[in-house]
Amino acid sequence: MGLTAPAEHRTVEYVPESQEGWAVTRLDFLVNWARANSLWPMPFGTACCAIEFMATAASDFDLARFGMERMSFSPRQADVLICAGRVPFKLAPIIRRIWQQMPQPKWCISMGACASTGGMFDNYAVVQGIDTIIPVDVYVPGCPPRPEGLIYGIRMLQEKVKNERAADTRTRDEMEPDPSSQLYIPPSVIDELGEPFGNSVNQTRSGM
Amino acid sequence: MQTGSSAPGGPPVTQKNLPHRGGEANPSARALQNKYASGIKRVEVIWGETVVYIEPGLVHDAIRWLHDDPQQRYDFLSDVTAVEYRDAEVPIEVVWHLRSLPYRRFLRIKAQIPKGAPLEIESVYDIYRAADWLERECYDMFGIRFRGHPDLRRLLMWESYKEGFPLRKDFPLRGRFSRSEQLRQALAQNPEARYSMEELSIADAFAELPEDMRERLNKGERTGE
Amino acid sequence: MSKRTIEVELSTSGLDAQGRPQRVPLVTNDGGTAVALEPPPSLEPDIEGEHMLINIGPQHPATHGVLRLVLELDGETVVRCIPHIGYLHCGFEKIGEYRQYNQIICWTDREDYLNSIGNNVTFALGAERLFGIEITERCKVLRVIACELSRIMSHLVWLGTFCIDIGAFTPFLWAFQRREEIYRLIEKWVGARLTTTATRVGGMAADIPSGWMDGLRQFTRTFPHTLDEIDRVLTRNAIWVGRTVGLGVMTPEEAVNWGLSGPMLRASGVDYDVRKDFPYLDYETYDFEVPVGTNGDVYDRYLVRFEEMRQSVRILQQAADRLPDGPVNIDDPRIILPPKSKATSEMESMIHHFKVVMEGPRPPIGESYVANESPKGEKGYYMVSDGTAKPVRWRIRPPSFVNLAAIPKMVEGHLLSDVIAINASIDIVMGEIDR
Repeated sequence: MGLTAPAEHRTVEYVPESQEGWAVTRLDFLVNWARANSLWPMPFGTACCAIEFMATAASDFDLARFGMERMSFSPRQADVLICAGRVPFKLAPIIRRIWQQMPQPKWCISMGACASTGGMFDNYAVVQGIDTIIPVDVYVPGCPPRPEGLIYGIRMLQEKVKNERAADTRTRDEMEPDPSSQLYIPPSVIDELGEPFGNSVNQTRSGM
Repeated sequence: MQTGSSAPGGPPVTQKNLPHRGGEANPSARALQNKYASGIKRVEVIWGETVVYIEPGLVHDAIRWLHDDPQQRYDFLSDVTAVEYRDAEVPIEVVWHLRSLPYRRFLRIKAQIPKGAPLEIESVYDIYRAADWLERECYDMFGIRFRGHPDLRRLLMWESYKEGFPLRKDFPLRGRFSRSEQLRQALAQNPEARYSMEELSIADAFAELPEDMRERLNKGERTGE
Repeated sequence: MSKRTIEVELSTSGLDAQGRPQRVPLVTNDGGTAVALEPPPSLEPDIEGEHMLINIGPQHPATHGVLRLVLELDGETVVRCIPHIGYLHCGFEKIGEYRQYNQIICWTDREDYLNSIGNNVTFALGAERLFGIEITERCKVLRVIACELSRIMSHLVWLGTFCIDIGAFTPFLWAFQRREEIYRLIEKWVGARLTTTATRVGGMAADIPSGWMDGLRQFTRTFPHTLDEIDRVLTRNAIWVGRTVGLGVMTPEEAVNWGLSGPMLRASGVDYDVRKDFPYLDYETYDFEVPVGTNGDVYDRYLVRFEEMRQSVRILQQAADRLPDGPVNIDDPRIILPPKSKATSEMESMIHHFKVVMEGPRPPIGESYVANESPKGEKGYYMVSDGTAKPVRWRIRPPSFVNLAAIPKMVEGHLLSDVIAINASIDIVMGEIDR
């Protein structure tokens, strides 16, 4: 199997000795620490995962200890887009627009099976994974994931944030969708990834 | 308003051990047969629920009568939906679930739309306002047009959805287009569509519109799609 | 004029990658040459005066899901409201035609996800009627417990989010803390907190573990204190009353004609409750009252749901006292799986398990519609069977869908902030509305 399209190659000018002095690494540490511990989430909650997200934010599991209690419903002020719940095709342009409205630096957590891969909704109406529409950093599996699971995903994201480097310009370089298809993954790749489960065009499993 | 104010007998109980067929029918079925004679094609009682099959052209009158008649008073429309069978010979049925709150009765009305006939039936919007969205959804999923509905357009799928009517049996589970094509079409819809002509009761202001605009609208051009 | 295909570049969102608005060039074949046009002037009719069109949603904290309301405002007063739904349409009914009856139970959780276990029960009752089987007494009482716990859970979410919409944040935290207790109980029983899949055709997925009843009794003892606490904070609060009385009034006749059900209908004064009028699971043998309002406004809906929680506690106490011993599943090998210990050791049981799982139990040809009183209203599943293991049609009668259709009627003439309060009082859950 494997991807049919070749990986995109980009060259980045990166000379460690000149870029990564002691001061820069300390600055990186400070900035990343600040960012990781105050990730303001944009809860794009659609379905059942949104309820578990609310439960995670409530007293028993408490997102406030991660600095995430300030839910930013305006994408302009948010850091993390937490897509909690299934995303049907009708909602696809909306989540795309919300993502585009968020300013850099921004990350995305795909919470739950439906947001990550389409989950149990392998049908005409649901996007089979929001990573076809927006770039995702952390996938949290579960249906719905337990609050501990979501917190684990958030911790993973914090690790990712802490390991970023300001000198690496690729990190904040926004990936643009292909202008002809408007998709982040080439259409042929999407079709190939969906093929084992039988999109109707090439229905391979009978009766399911 | 007291539910069951006209209902005979004592307080209702949970129904148990219902027979598959041939149970006690809802008295409204007999009343319908008396009133409409040949228009009522058959009456069945399946698992204790009375199903009345009515000629499609007569359904609106029958439901109007069931709503207005003081002995029937079916004031609550529970559902409007449709059933398409796997067997291609069996016609599509449009189903209405009616409840009479004063009499505490439940009735299912079905109209079979014969194969080859246009998929249309009278709307019951003028009898029950609940039919508004229920019929729109039925149209969206099956393509059944409800004559007399003020604003029949897609409800759950987006208005320019091109793949067809999802709940039809010839519509595959995962849609007709490939996943990437579905995504492309989804992303091409205009989420800013604030209103369409139908929504803003254009009938009031239609006469004041300029001529070319009226022509474009008459040709079916839609705005804000 | 010869036909030519012209490539049109469509902007998906009107914004480029930096978030700046993008003009969409329209290209048309005008007399043989391609001409780029500006988008046509808006074709909407002249909105007289200074009416403003604003758009709430679909992504919005206060719409309780992905609902889009387009409001035509005259200042702050709503002149017209047009709701758009379908942003969570996931093809439940279509997928139900491709799944066996026991498999569909997983989908019933996700549809009204606040009332998961209640939906499981509703579906199981409908399927059992379709199959023509009677469940055991123990199963009935357990299902009543499940339904009432689910009702409390749903009303607590409603209460929490309703309070947030009106401006009070603390009851949300109290409500969710109580919900955690119920989650723990349900997790001990079926293994999942939210999406339970707790019933099977003919019984339940699992019987309650030992000591579970004590946990339930403990909950019923302590929960009314929280209700009293919230009651003290809200019910006679001047701000609360001022913000909710007189809003979104529906008269009884209107409410019935618009198809409202559940607390929406009862707040308007119509005492239709499926548990009392078309009972199931022996609800007529439980001693409880159905709260009915008088004015049909938002305040009455709040009072009705609040009182329903108290009545649910009453039912739970009665059910806990009367739980009989006995099997929880019926004894029909065509429908019920053998116990796991036998299925992994005996050959016949393994084959039995295999057949029931792979082929699925098949009901006789027929159809059934069993309505339950879900926390949102009259919920029912209409199933049509053609004798195979998968239904021909699985229709969900969604109470919030029909309730929400009345929102244009309810918000006309009210202020913008009232729209949020009225929307919250309907208690919608988009998963059920859009399915």
